[in-house]
Amino acid sequence: MKLTLRIWRQSGATGRLVEYVLDDLSPDMSFLEMLDVLNERLITEGQEPVAFDHDCREGICGMCGLMINGMAHGPEKATTACQLHLRHFRDGDVVTVEPWRAEPFPVVRDLVVDRSAFDRIVAAGGYVSVPAGSAPDAHATPVPKPDADTAFEAAACIGCGACVAACPNGSAMLFTAAKATHLGVLPQGQPERYSRARDMVAEHDASGFGGCTNTGECTSACPKGIPLTTIARLNADLLRAHTTRSDR
Amino acid sequence: MYFTEGSPIADQRVPAGPIETRWDRRRFSARLVNPANRRNRSVIVVGTGLAGGSAAATLGELGYQVKSFCYQDSPRRAHSIAAQGGINAAKNYRNDGDSVHRLFYDTVKGGDFRSRESNVHRLAQVSVEIIDQCVAQGVPFAREYGGLLDTRSFGGAQVSRTFYARGQTGQQLLLGAYQALERQVAAGRVEMHPRTEMLDLIVVDGRARGIVVRDLVSGAVSTHFADAVVLATGGYGNVFHLSTNAKGCNATAIWRAHRRGALFANPCFTQIHPTCIPISGDHQSKLTLMSESLRNDGRVWVPRDRNDTRAPNDIPEADRDYFLERMYPAFGNLVPRDIASRAAKNISDEKRGVYLDFADAIARLGALAVEQRYGNLFEMYQRITGDDPYRTPMRIYPAVHYTMGGLWVDYDLRSTIPGLFVIGEANFSDHGANRLGASALMQGLADGYFVLPGVIGDYLADAPFGPVDDSHPMVADTVSEVRGRVKTLLAVDGDRTVESFHRELGRLMWDECGMERDEAGLRKALERIPELREEFWQRVKVPGTGERLNQELEKAGRVADFFELAELMCVDALHRRESCGGHFRSESQTEDGEALRDDANFSYVAAWEYTGVGRPPVLHKEELVFEHVTPSTRSYA
Repeated sequence: MKLTLRIWRQSGATGRLVEYVLDDLSPDMSFLEMLDVLNERLITEGQEPVAFDHDCREGICGMCGLMINGMAHGPEKATTACQLHLRHFRDGDVVTVEPWRAEPFPVVRDLVVDRSAFDRIVAAGGYVSVPAGSAPDAHATPVPKPDADTAFEAAACIGCGACVAACPNGSAMLFTAAKATHLGVLPQGQPERYSRARDMVAEHDASGFGGCTNTGECTSACPKGIPLTTIARLNADLLRAHTTRSDR
Repeated sequence: MYFTEGSPIADQRVPAGPIETRWDRRRFSARLVNPANRRNRSVIVVGTGLAGGSAAATLGELGYQVKSFCYQDSPRRAHSIAAQGGINAAKNYRNDGDSVHRLFYDTVKGGDFRSRESNVHRLAQVSVEIIDQCVAQGVPFAREYGGLLDTRSFGGAQVSRTFYARGQTGQQLLLGAYQALERQVAAGRVEMHPRTEMLDLIVVDGRARGIVVRDLVSGAVSTHFADAVVLATGGYGNVFHLSTNAKGCNATAIWRAHRRGALFANPCFTQIHPTCIPISGDHQSKLTLMSESLRNDGRVWVPRDRNDTRAPNDIPEADRDYFLERMYPAFGNLVPRDIASRAAKNISDEKRGVYLDFADAIARLGALAVEQRYGNLFEMYQRITGDDPYRTPMRIYPAVHYTMGGLWVDYDLRSTIPGLFVIGEANFSDHGANRLGASALMQGLADGYFVLPGVIGDYLADAPFGPVDDSHPMVADTVSEVRGRVKTLLAVDGDRTVESFHRELGRLMWDECGMERDEAGLRKALERIPELREEFWQRVKVPGTGERLNQELEKAGRVADFFELAELMCVDALHRRESCGGHFRSESQTEDGEALRDDANFSYVAAWEYTGVGRPPVLHKEELVFEHVTPSTRSYA
């Protein structure tokens, strides 16, 4: 099959879309394998290949992230760009590929952005303070299965940044809420539940992410289907954090 | 001769006495560094997977000054994240006969009696603490309705000791370690360097004192110093080009350390996983694993007739051969990976299908129960292949997945370079010639949370080791070598892409040093690899400059090291004229086509010393002593 790609190329402060035509593509190729094919051609022609982040190519590491025709990770539901296959495009399609666009995610080069703000949000409180060696027996605290399942559902976040890229406000609230929910519904996460919500949101805001206005674009773009209810839960925890003792 | 033999390895630093108390006694005999002094001791940890992430976090908690490095944009993305099935622990929560001793026994036997008993026993002991630690961190393991942890079975075991979080156990465990790591970053005890690649090891006065790195964004080459260096950089499966490893996984850190004097043990021991999604075309960039846990409920079969071209659902029961159940009735579909892969290869070929079928499980348990257990794996299969595994059997094919070999370490996880510790898949230690499923996560976390922190103090108690900085001649030399290499890769400006070289090397290794090896093929590979390596340095084309993000340059450096490592793998495979675990020499097999070990001649760890590119390495043997498990013919029938 044949596709016309319009790819964002950027090496300094500004960039532009450059058009490339690829024939001979197989519908069984993944989207990133198509970029591999393009890059092999560019190198052979003496041009610079397109820089893009990727690693596991199994949809779990969260490294890849492309705006494909204006949609984070492309048109398929619950699918990362690396797991998107060309069988979902039509022969002759024109496809626009851009990096995540958000102020806290500056472009490094071409399609590569800097997402270190996510690490800072986790460092602000996205953990349970339990040094190695201090744990009680794993069966000491039973966890109701529905709670464990809710925690898992939220913990499945891969930190790719699609939620931010999809959000008209450039908010990372779904990312932050996923972590707050994962740890906040488990008994192990209770002691730091409210301070965690408060500190992560403070770091979120300081990093320049926008506020949440419940548009829900984040959850529909999320390759792991993190539900919007996590944000409600985060807001409830946040309210409590700010209305109770300051050391909570 | 393609190698020479040197002196045997005499000291593995294994404590004497009963195996059950060796770890306790070693922890007691290891000297400690008092909390006030820990603030003045520094450790570099390279890699942020389960081993590196947990080690950096734990050393930070202990109060050491830690610097942590990864090539990804965040430590959370290390390839441990992709591990699916689970993590073993001898908890015996099921009351099904499990114990520390049984996990120890299963692991030594699963490794085909090529691992060090003391290390494996310690691993089995520590496994119990890992689950406690991870639960306390909030890892959302699967639970039953009573609120207790669920377990399942994995290959090579007849008990149910594998803890899991759906098909994303590695992800959840890694996020636990990552969160602990970020907590230490916030506390100022760990300095994090993402998008930074280690390109060489700095050895001063016989001790590992630092690393040379390249900042992948700015391209700047710089040095970092510490009292000890820990490598947790994973395995080298990407030598084969196509593997289940992430695209960036590479051997550069361990290979550069090997070139600086660290012995490389059992490089030919590679694991080929039986249940991966088959290759779909020449564009294929990597292979995707389907978790071994699927073999709990899925049944593996091939068409009885090799020339049967019917679609799998059109092949009636009578025309199917459930070959694992037929050949290995005791373990059935849950035989270890090496056995399953080879059986599948012997009975099939790349064209014909091997199927993993859930029809029986769906009939027995219902589609919903199957979805709860394996839903995300089924989805992944469907996304990649376009087929629905609820209705059509999955097509599977073996793929390179894990490397048991790695840098040689003693009981304290010290390499042969003082001050250089190696943990996780990067070392050779616990899995012998074949790793059992759900044991990689166990080993990574055992090393990082418990073993390394328990013994590294004994080394650091001797610090400080004297000042080093960029002006030291050894440091300056190492840095200029790294810079020279980067410059050379860019200067060749040839006519072949890095990818084309990697593909050719990978194909050669898969054909000659893959699932089945023989003398003629290995000799052929040993002739071809140096030619290909020469050609690489004459013809490779790396566009752009070294002063900014240049992903082709990163790849070129990694592939250049794969060439050298591939040669050592073939040397090791050629010299080991026996079959064991994942290393199958066609000259050494039983009448039934099973691996035939030669304990009289090969019951040792082959630890190789580097002597120069293309020059015969020196073999140092560590004799294996079995006091608690008697080596026997491994039988799963």
